[in-house]
Formats: sequence, structure tokens, C-alpha cells
Amino acid sequence: MAILVYTESWNGSFKKASFEAVSYASQLANKLNTEVIALTISAKDDASQLGNYGASKILSITNETLTSFNNQAYANAIINAADANEVDTIVISNTNNGKSIAPIVAAKRNASLITNVIEVPSSFNPFTVKRKAFSSKAFANYTTNSAQKVITITPNALGILESNTTAHSEAFEYIATSSDQRLKSVSEEKATGKISLTEAEFVVSAGRGLKGAENWGMIEELADLLGAATACSKPVSDIGWRPHSEHVGQTGIAINPELYIAVGISGAIQHLAGVNASKNIVVINTDPEAPFFKAADYGIVGDAFEVVPKLIEAVKKHKANN
Amino acid sequence: MKILVCISHVPDTTSKINFSSNLTEFDGNGITFVINPYDEFGLTRAMKIKEAIGATITVVNVGPASTEPTLRKALAIGADDAVRIDADALDGVSVAKLIADFAKDQNYDLIITGRESIDYNGGIVPGMLATYLDLPFVNACIGLELDGENAKITREIDGGKENLEGVLPLLIAGQKGLVEEKELRIPAMRGIMMARKKPLKVIAPSNEAASSTILNFELPEAKAACKMIDAGNVDQLVELLHSQAKVI
Repeated sequence: MAILVYTESWNGSFKKASFEAVSYASQLANKLNTEVIALTISAKDDASQLGNYGASKILSITNETLTSFNNQAYANAIINAADANEVDTIVISNTNNGKSIAPIVAAKRNASLITNVIEVPSSFNPFTVKRKAFSSKAFANYTTNSAQKVITITPNALGILESNTTAHSEAFEYIATSSDQRLKSVSEEKATGKISLTEAEFVVSAGRGLKGAENWGMIEELADLLGAATACSKPVSDIGWRPHSEHVGQTGIAINPELYIAVGISGAIQHLAGVNASKNIVVINTDPEAPFFKAADYGIVGDAFEVVPKLIEAVKKHKANN
Repeated sequence: MKILVCISHVPDTTSKINFSSNLTEFDGNGITFVINPYDEFGLTRAMKIKEAIGATITVVNVGPASTEPTLRKALAIGADDAVRIDADALDGVSVAKLIADFAKDQNYDLIITGRESIDYNGGIVPGMLATYLDLPFVNACIGLELDGENAKITREIDGGKENLEGVLPLLIAGQKGLVEEKELRIPAMRGIMMARKKPLKVIAPSNEAASSTILNFELPEAKAACKMIDAGNVDQLVELLHSQAKVI
């Protein structure tokens, strides 16, 4: 029984999370002595590169009804591909789109669904994996005896593993069904050139300590310099200084980048819950008693309006010398 | 208009999470349980629809009798009646099946859930429930406007939002944006009094098995002490991020 991995693309280009998903599927396949089949939908990138991460068969769908994302139709396409290839395990990235597909796939295939997975299985009999729970305040080891499984993996948690598998590519035909068109996409409003928060390796975030929306210029400058996504605390998105889509924390987006820089955020338990999976945390705060310092790797007690410009200069200097 | 709002009974966001000594069970001692915050946005959206065009709002939860105060709170906020499916919520798959078994003959025009619960964060119930009921499913929904049967829906996508159109019945999984934080309804004294008289029906669960089980929990490793850097020596931070953390 093979492993199918859905490789998500954005504007035709594969997401980094998709390479992570193929790498993950390939580790499962090695253990189970089976093959990895990658499914691409409306991708313009050269799909054969998925072999570099362990896919041995690539199915590519190019169907004009699937040009823009549609969770029902994409789920149906994944189900068709799984049905046609004796698949028992489906791997999907836990991105916004992945999260809106996976439950449909699992329900229709009568599969067990384990989401937010952060490690390769510790056992295959029974199948046991670790996932995030309690908004990253804890982890839980889940086990299932279900023959059919859908696994969604947390972006940035598992890394990319190179392989040199020769991938065999073929077109896969998708026949649209009437249920595909129940929801129609009318328009998208996307900040162009912005880095997706869930997938960002670096995140620069700021809180009420910045005193007003007009002071975010230096945060954006630092983020641009580092190739980072920008984020904010809950109060900041509630006041409306920044959009909801930037809110990281327990009731916002959970992230786990390589580097999280928090400026003027005190570190309430609800905020920490969404960000404490970050591999390195830098906290800049005027208050030496801010609880965030207890969760940080590096801390600077100081005024954001003095420290951040200095940090921008220091990063520029570092970049010039390296 | 018949609206079903699914309510999850979860630890308050300020809770410190503890487990039994062998790490196999969540320790609810000293924990305050609340309506899942994502569900609260959905319940308030349902109230606004009710006030604008008229609707009956049913709230449903899968859980033991100890979850009833959470359903009463939803009634106090303004739901018309509550249903408790009398079973332990074992995993997302079985909860979705239990709610589907209850809802399949009820002809709801709109089903609203939170996009996930803040305890197990599965995000499983909404999409599976929609699929069992053969309804269109919108995840991470941040806007819903109804004009008769027609719905204009906005959902969050990575780095932006997407506007969709559909026709009722459908299922949305909501979050902040569906209504604003400041619009959230809090139970008033009158609502609390009225909630005592509103129907809360307990129904026996259909026969649905869990598809996964939790073997045990783990707590994150404690962080080493924070390395403090002088505000006058920011270069040192960059140097440490380069040489020690090896991120830049």
C-alpha cells in the first residue's frame, strides 16, 4: 500500500511545506517498504524535482476547473488519486489550505485523521505519532489502528531531507463533479510579496509596546532585512493596528520558526502558547520583569525605539561582513 | 432559519496545563472551563443573524454532564435550546460522527463551529461533519453575510483572504473576524435567568467508535536561562544569533 502526498503550490510554485511533506512521506515509505506518490494540482514548477525528496511517482493534474483552490474539488482529486493507486496513508501539510482539505478526504475515505504532527512515527504497529496539543503548551502521542490514515504535518517542524529518487511523472485526469462548484471563489485579497507566517523561517513580531500603528515601519524594515514575516500580539490586532491575519498566539496563528523576535510584547501565557515552539526566541522589552524573558533564549531590556534601530544597523553591518 | 452552533468545552486560555502523574490523562483540577473562544465568535455571528432576519439557534456539545454549565452559558448568551450528546469526546472523528448522526434529520440551514478547539487543536470536527452531512465546508471563516439563501463568505488564506459565494445549507468553521472581539456577547443577568428555563436535551450517543487514542502526553522541555544582552551592545545579539544559534 503506497503513501500519497499532496504537494501544495502557490501561484504555480511549490511551497516549502510541500518539500517537507514529501520528505516526511519518504521516511514513512522507507520504514514501510513502499513508495511515495506525489500529487500536484495546477503546479507550474517542474514536478520532477519532487524526486529530490523521495517521490518515486508524480501525478500531475492540470484541469482548468482546479486552477484556483477549491477545497471540495481538491479533496475529490486527492481521493481519486488515492483510490486509483492503492494508497493507505495520505500526507498533507497543515497549512490553511491543507486544513480545509484533510477532513473532507478523511471523512470520505473513512480514515483516521491525525493533524498537527511534528515527528515521524515512533511505531508503525500500532501507528503512533507525536502531535502538538493545548496550543503548544503540550504534546500528545496518538495511536491508531485504522488501516486508512490521513496525516497533516506542521510546517517548519520536520525539515527537508534530500534524496535522489528517480521520479516517474504522469498526467492524472480529474473529472469535475457537481459538488465541486457549490462554493465559488469570487476574489482574493493577498498582500503581495509577503511571507506566509506559518511557513516563515524568521518572524519579527511586535506588541502594544510600540504605542501605535504608525510605528511599525522599523518592524517591517527589520523583517525585510532578515527575510522575515511580520506578526503581532492579540491586543494589537484587537485594537486594529495590524490585521487579524498577523495575530500569533493561542487564538491566532501558531508558529514555529527558526527565529522569533518579539518587540514590546510582555509574553502572556496565551501569547507564549502560540510561539513557544520557535527554535530561538529574542525578546526586547522595557520591563525586566516581563514574563516573556523566562521563555526567551536572548533578551534585551530596553526601549524598542532605541533598540530596534540599533538592531537594524547591526544586522546590516553583519550582512555586509558575511 | 435553523442554525446549529457546535460548542466545545475547553480550559480557559490562561490555564496552565497539567497531566496525571503518569502523563496519560489531562488533569482538570483547578481549571476553569469555558466556551471554546473560536465557537464564541460563531455564536455571536448566529445571534446577529437571528436579530437581523430571525432564526432559532440550537447549541450542541458532545460531553458528560460536567459540560452542561458551558451549554447553559451559551443559552444565557442567547441560544434557544441546547443538546448534549452524552458521551466522552474521545477523538475528532467520533465527535464529528456523533454530531452528524444527531443533525442529519434536523435540516439546519447553517452549521457554525469554531475552526478548532483550543485544547486538542485538531481542526477535525468541522470538515468531517460537513462531509458526513454532504454540506459545503468553509474553514477559517472570517466573514459571513446572508441574503436569503445566498451567502457571501470570507475565509483566511495564507497571507490574505478569499471571498466566496455559496448557497445555504452550509457549514462554516469560524474564528475572530466572523465578529470582532469587542462584539462578543457576554451573558447578562436576564439572559442567565432565562437560560435556566430554556430546554437542554440530553440524548444518548449513537454507536460510534474513536479512530485514534491518546497514548500519553509530554510537556515541553524547560528552557535554559535567557541570555541577557546589554541594550548598548546590540551587535552582541547579532553575533550570538550568528555563531551560537546559527540562524543568521
